[in-house]
Amino acid sequence: MTNSAPIKISAKDVAVFYGNNQALHGISMDVYQNEVIAFIGPSGCGKSTFLRCMNRMNDTIEHCRVTGSILLDNQDIHQPELDVVQLRAQVGMVFQKPNPFPKSIYENIAYGPKLHGLAARKADLDDIVESSLRRAGLWNEVKDRLDQPGTGLSGGQQQRLCIARTIAVSPEVILMDEPCSALDPIATLIIEELIDELKQNFTIVMVTHNMQQAARISDRTAFFHLGNLIELGNTNDLFTNPKLKRTEDYITGRYG
Amino acid sequence: MKIITDKSIPHTATLSLVQQKVIASLRHRQRKETWFRRLGYSAVLISLALVAILFANIFSKGLPAFWQSAITLDIYFDPQIIAISAKPERRADELTADYQQRFLAWQTEVGFINFNRLITDSLQKLVPDGTKHKRDLARLVTSGERFALRDMVVAEPSIIGQTRRLNLLTDANIDVWLKGNIDRSLPDEQQQLSANMRDWVDALAANGVIKNRFSLALFMNADSRSSLASAGLAGAFMGSFYMMLVVIFLAVPMAVGAAIYLEEFAPRNKLTDLVEVNINNLAAVPSIVFGLLGASVLIGWFNLPMSAPIVGGLVLSLMTLPTVIIATRSTLKAIPPSIRQAALGLGASKMQSIFHHVLPLAIPGILTGAILGVAQALGETAPLLLIGMKSFVASVPASPLEQASALPVQIYLWQGNELRNFFEARTSAAIIVLLMMMLSLNGVAIWLRRKYQRHW
Repeated sequence: MTNSAPIKISAKDVAVFYGNNQALHGISMDVYQNEVIAFIGPSGCGKSTFLRCMNRMNDTIEHCRVTGSILLDNQDIHQPELDVVQLRAQVGMVFQKPNPFPKSIYENIAYGPKLHGLAARKADLDDIVESSLRRAGLWNEVKDRLDQPGTGLSGGQQQRLCIARTIAVSPEVILMDEPCSALDPIATLIIEELIDELKQNFTIVMVTHNMQQAARISDRTAFFHLGNLIELGNTNDLFTNPKLKRTEDYITGRYG
Repeated sequence: MKIITDKSIPHTATLSLVQQKVIASLRHRQRKETWFRRLGYSAVLISLALVAILFANIFSKGLPAFWQSAITLDIYFDPQIIAISAKPERRADELTADYQQRFLAWQTEVGFINFNRLITDSLQKLVPDGTKHKRDLARLVTSGERFALRDMVVAEPSIIGQTRRLNLLTDANIDVWLKGNIDRSLPDEQQQLSANMRDWVDALAANGVIKNRFSLALFMNADSRSSLASAGLAGAFMGSFYMMLVVIFLAVPMAVGAAIYLEEFAPRNKLTDLVEVNINNLAAVPSIVFGLLGASVLIGWFNLPMSAPIVGGLVLSLMTLPTVIIATRSTLKAIPPSIRQAALGLGASKMQSIFHHVLPLAIPGILTGAILGVAQALGETAPLLLIGMKSFVASVPASPLEQASALPVQIYLWQGNELRNFFEARTSAAIIVLLMMMLSLNGVAIWLRRKYQRHW
């Protein structure tokens, strides 16, 4: 993968503290436009924490403090003029456990666009719902039961519904926090294929516990350990020829 | 090691030591579980039996009170006795004040009429020797019925000169006598009814003039001490109803708002900790203390009227607040954080995530908590005693600012009435009405919960 693509997100010296406990130590990295970048590392290494910095979800956690700077399209996401709502419309998020709203499938998708006033008329909203579901590969499965609760779908369908819900707001970046960890292998495969398609339009940052998954779908991989970014490189290089011993130990299964 | 001798366990010898130990412990566990199950069953059975006894007792005592002895009389609205001028009609050019004055004067005229005469005249035809015992004769019909006749004349003056067949309530003692709740063998000086009256009543009951009829008096009338047979619950019911409204429209929104703020928005600091501790403490304050507070602050400082449902409602609101706050907060706590995160992740503000997603899910729980709080307030007696609501009120309040009683207080007052054998049934009947009010509130709670319940 060439690094000629423009930089989408640029993190400089990001540190996160939970109270007096430092969870991240000075992370710096660039995320390029339309790439899939995967964060791997053992549990508690800070990869999810770093992911949540990118749309400021850590703001919702009490006693959590973030230092350093994160630029999205060269704009500081912590600048006081920027409303966090605007940021989250630009940087969407898919969570570990599928969490559709206990509402109909249609309303699950329509909620975001309605919230941000993206659809002026009902017809526009219908279009957004259909195209989002199509892009999430769910349309054919649910088109006849849009009025039924989203919680009635299977786990994999629910997760694709959550992805469709995120797409519906037309974000530029999608953050995925272990999106397949609660799914069976088939559902995982479908989501992985979906991610591969989505990267044409979106920049995708994903956290995964599954190294094969990172190897399969990501362009670049970052290895985190104990709150530090150990190694970041093209996925192929990192998995076949890691520069550092610690990375090699982890990906060969010696710990983690 | 315990040696297993029971033959029901097969091949003891072939089992390993570990398995033998497991089996031994298994038996112990099963015995414990059986015991626990039995304990649970018996607890449920005992409580069900107690509820059944309570209901059987209340209904067997209270239901007869809805039927009362009434005497069927042909009342002649004698123009000679009802000698009044025509009921004033409002003239087109007349001022309201003038008309009201004329109407008042006419009402005063009506007030001077001896309606008892109408009743005794009619009774004399049924009881030939009644002329000799006029006082006994006048006591046959309960004294409140003369007001019923007066109201008929006021409503429809053309009735004067006509004869109407009416069912009038008899005296409370006659009701008790005919229901067999007075020992008939007691000597004369211990009987409430004179010998004449007892003979008349038995004769009239035998030929069907006095009959046990379903009576609305219990529902339509306010309490009475002069005409016990027509003492009713309407005043207390309206008092309770107004207090319920005050609690619903004051305490519930305030408590739900406070709970939402405390649970979702308030920063965690010393101040909110203090507030939290005090809300929990407030829930544990004996209710009579709230009555003292109402008496000294609401009546003493703010000069609100004594014995009024508005004050009662305020006191009960204060009492209900912590209950509803705690119920609402625990409901909000139980809403999974993933829903909030989903909304926040889509770019909803905190307020939007709460109002669009958390509250709709919490509504069934909040409503249940609120209605249980209201029901608790409705059944509360102690604080009302201290703000004057235990006083005897013989009218139905038209607004929450007027004096009134409350259902539980009315039960307490009737329970202590000296005409025991009449008011025992009335008390139970009042309990039935209160229970019905509670049950319908709980029914509403269940219905609302079903209606707003979302399935995951």
